[in-house]
Amino acid sequence: MNKILSKQQLSENVFKIEVETPLIASERKPGQFIILSLDDNYAERIPLTIADADESKGCITLIFQVVGATTKKLSYLNIGDTIDNVVGPLGKPAHIGKVGTVVCVGGGIGAAPLYPIAQGMKKAGNHLITIIGARTKDIVILENEMRKISDELIICTDDGSYGRKSLVTEPLKELCEKNPPPNLVVAIGPPIMMKFCSETTRPFNVPTVVSLNTIMVDGTGMCGGCRVTVGNKTKFVCVDGPEFDGHQVDFDNMMKRLNTYKRREKSRFEEECKLDTQINKLKGN
Amino acid sequence: MSETTTNQDPAEIAKSAKKKLAELSSKGKLTPKERLAIEPQLMPVQYPVKRRKNINEVALGYSAEQAQIEAMRCIECKNAPCVDGCPVRINIPGFVKAIAEGDFSSAINIIKENNILPAVCGRVCPQETQCQEKCTVGKVLKDTEKSVSIGRLERFAADIGRETGAMKTPTVKPETGKKAAIIGSGPAGLVVAADLRREGHSVTIFEAFHKPGGVMVYGIPEFRLPKKIVRQEIDALTAMGVKIVTNFVIGKTRKLMDLIEKDGFDAVFIGTGAGLPKFMEIEGENLVGVFSANEYLTRANLMKAYDAKADTPIYNSHKVVVLGGGNVAMDAARTAVRLGAEEVLLLYRRTEKEMPARTEESAHAKEEGIQFHMLTNVKKFIGDEYGILSKLECLRYELGEPDSSGRRRPVEITNSEFIVEADTAIVAIGNDSNPLIKQTTQGLSVNKWGNIITDENQKTSINKIYAGGDIVLGAATVILAMGQGRTAAKAINKILAK
Ligand SMILES: Cc1cc2nc3c(=O)[nH]c(=O)nc-3n(C[C@H](O)[C@H](O)[C@H](O)COP(=O)(O)OP(=O)(O)OC[C@H]3O[C@@H](n4cnc5c(N)ncnc54)[C@H](O)[C@@H]3O)c2cc1C
Ligand SMILES: Cc1cc2nc3c(=O)[nH]c(=O)nc-3n(C[C@H](O)[C@H](O)[C@H](O)COP(=O)(O)OP(=O)(O)OC[C@H]3O[C@@H](n4cnc5c(N)ncnc54)[C@H](O)[C@@H]3O)c2cc1C
Ligand code: SF4
Ligand code: SF4
Ligand code: FES
Repeated sequence: MNKILSKQQLSENVFKIEVETPLIASERKPGQFIILSLDDNYAERIPLTIADADESKGCITLIFQVVGATTKKLSYLNIGDTIDNVVGPLGKPAHIGKVGTVVCVGGGIGAAPLYPIAQGMKKAGNHLITIIGARTKDIVILENEMRKISDELIICTDDGSYGRKSLVTEPLKELCEKNPPPNLVVAIGPPIMMKFCSETTRPFNVPTVVSLNTIMVDGTGMCGGCRVTVGNKTKFVCVDGPEFDGHQVDFDNMMKRLNTYKRREKSRFEEECKLDTQINKLKGN
Repeated sequence: MSETTTNQDPAEIAKSAKKKLAELSSKGKLTPKERLAIEPQLMPVQYPVKRRKNINEVALGYSAEQAQIEAMRCIECKNAPCVDGCPVRINIPGFVKAIAEGDFSSAINIIKENNILPAVCGRVCPQETQCQEKCTVGKVLKDTEKSVSIGRLERFAADIGRETGAMKTPTVKPETGKKAAIIGSGPAGLVVAADLRREGHSVTIFEAFHKPGGVMVYGIPEFRLPKKIVRQEIDALTAMGVKIVTNFVIGKTRKLMDLIEKDGFDAVFIGTGAGLPKFMEIEGENLVGVFSANEYLTRANLMKAYDAKADTPIYNSHKVVVLGGGNVAMDAARTAVRLGAEEVLLLYRRTEKEMPARTEESAHAKEEGIQFHMLTNVKKFIGDEYGILSKLECLRYELGEPDSSGRRRPVEITNSEFIVEADTAIVAIGNDSNPLIKQTTQGLSVNKWGNIITDENQKTSINKIYAGGDIVLGAATVILAMGQGRTAAKAINKILAK
């Protein structure tokens, strides 16, 4: 169980792995996630979206960015290794249906959680326009996969090293100004990007769905650590979400909550990085 | 300090107990009057100043001599009212007598007939409102604190039984070929698992977390209930052949009805607990620094955030305000002290008399320097410019007319607002039941709080499906959860025998 069947490095800090979890592979729906931890005693539990699944192989695909201690350790694992704990599929599935034109916007690693939803939207018969944004060319991920399913694909980079030099909100705004505007926008990425996408579509009244990535512990509604304010009500991202109406989410509060443990996590990460340099030295790199 | 515990050196206590025991033993068979004259044995505890800085167990346990003396206080009542006070009806006079006679291995095996988690119950049962409340000795001496310390004796028997290997693995009848699924590995689920397995049925427990034990591992802190002990009590179940599947969320990984319709289980027991933290729905509740007790305690216990080796972070607090007056609030406050908070305040709407926490726990909390502020509640949480909690606006209360629960209702005093500065607030005002299973199971009846409705045999509105523990009772106790588990198991064993 939970054996890593394949591993691929998509960019400097982004990895894609296939993990053998037959039950999760057959039960999961687009938009859902898993929680994993690397040992029973001292490891942390972290949520990752199920980017894809292959029922016949009994495996799920995870795409993760190395940002802290746990994702770093995860990136050390190789084909044949197992992940001690994987639980899922958690969260509510994405709402997928035929609405007409759907714009899917993925920022950075957000393209990973976006992919299964975009796939579902296309399958449901929508006209699919995909926008992917990244800081620079080297970290654009899932371009080919997205191109295959999209009727139109727009790539933006902050530095103009690839595609259009702009933030994702620029082409999004242009699409909203068209007549008719898109019927639905799905935006997934860093909170700040989801916030500005929501602000972009608000004046046009285009329904906008975001998928929130709060800090989690259990993922089953037990701790309330993942809570966010949506339309002035408290919601638990792990059980009520992760999808919410972007026009209702209090992103500022969410971003502050994401920083709750920043200082401590940073020191932890630096420890791991030191370890990394040591390992590299040993390997003679 | 609590009346029934002592900060004296355990070695000293053991020494004087030895002398006392020799004295009592020389008298031959004791008369009831002589028994009643024996002073209750005090529980040695870690010195408060010391225990504030560690996560080790506070209560250190009786020495063998202390246990024997305490057991001699039992007057062996014929009708044994204490047994009626115990939800799983342990043969209390029987095991207490065995301890008095120094036959510790019989003691534990008598307890084990009715209780598979004696080391846990001996520690966390609210004995003073259960078995010990009914004890004749306490009645005669007009003080429940002077009842025979049944819980402590149970703990003693369990600990010594475990250490000496006297505890027998319960015998399992030949395999019946019938299969039962248990959802949740808290006390309710564990009891059902043991009782069904004993009859020879195949039993699988599904647990959402990566470790079994429910609240015993994620909620109740190490310093009250060492996790090693929970682990060993659970190991006894696996030794009987109970299978435990962790990381498995019923309703998500697999639907409840699939267990019956696709996986061939003949019966299912739902023991998923009351794991949905209540918040107050007041301004500022989602500020950084405001936590549910569940989150705070899970990080500290299950995820071991108290240990520098753990990856899971916990908030670095200086001044903590805990809201609530139950065991959960005490545990959160005492955990905060141990994690290095300089000041910990506990705010409760009513008075200490109405506080649902055990008196021993609140006494211990006070010894550890937690400041109790009664008749006080928070009105709103106030943050700084970074959205981080910096103060609480509070209100004073007074007690009014009794409410439906018979407790006097707290009424707010107008214009009594005042400010308390704090960087951390922990909300411990209770739990509702988790809706995951209800949401994904058609036809499962629940009441307005989301608790599953059952009949007197713990059967739910769906055939072959039973439920018990906090998911039925609302947040209750370990032993009540076990009591319901026992009832459910009896009914399930009956249908599986067909
Ligand atoms: C439902 C859900 C789905 C997710 N899906 C993916 C995914 O498919 N791929 C992926 O790479 N990541 C995903 N994330 C984010 C991922 O969980 C975090 O990156 C991870 O927890 C970081 O763990 P760490 O120990 O490596 O870093 P930590 O040391 O915990 O954190 C490092 C830094 O990241 C920040 N951080 C912590 N948790 C999160 C978070 N949840 N989101 C954003 N920043 C965070 C911290 O503030 C800190 O600055 C998802 C999160 C959620 C809630
Ligand atoms: C901090 C704290 C202190 C307490 N102190 C005391 C005390 O001193 N004395 C006392 O008697 N009682 C105490 N209690 C109460 C006591 O712990 C509970 O009443 C008791 O644990 C309830 O048992 P249970 O078996 O019903 O559920 P729980 O112990 O809650 O166990 C339920 C289990 O089910 C799992 N689960 C939930 N949903 C699913 C699902 N869908 N699929 C799979 N698994 C699932 C959970 O992860 C959990 O492990 C305390 C509670 C808390 C929170
Ligand atoms: S299980 Fe609890 S109530 Fe029963 S005898 Fe033991 S301490 Fe008392
Ligand atoms: S009621 Fe008290 S004295 Fe009587 S049998 Fe029970 S423990 Fe002993
Ligand atoms: S992660 Fe604990 S309630 Fe959502």
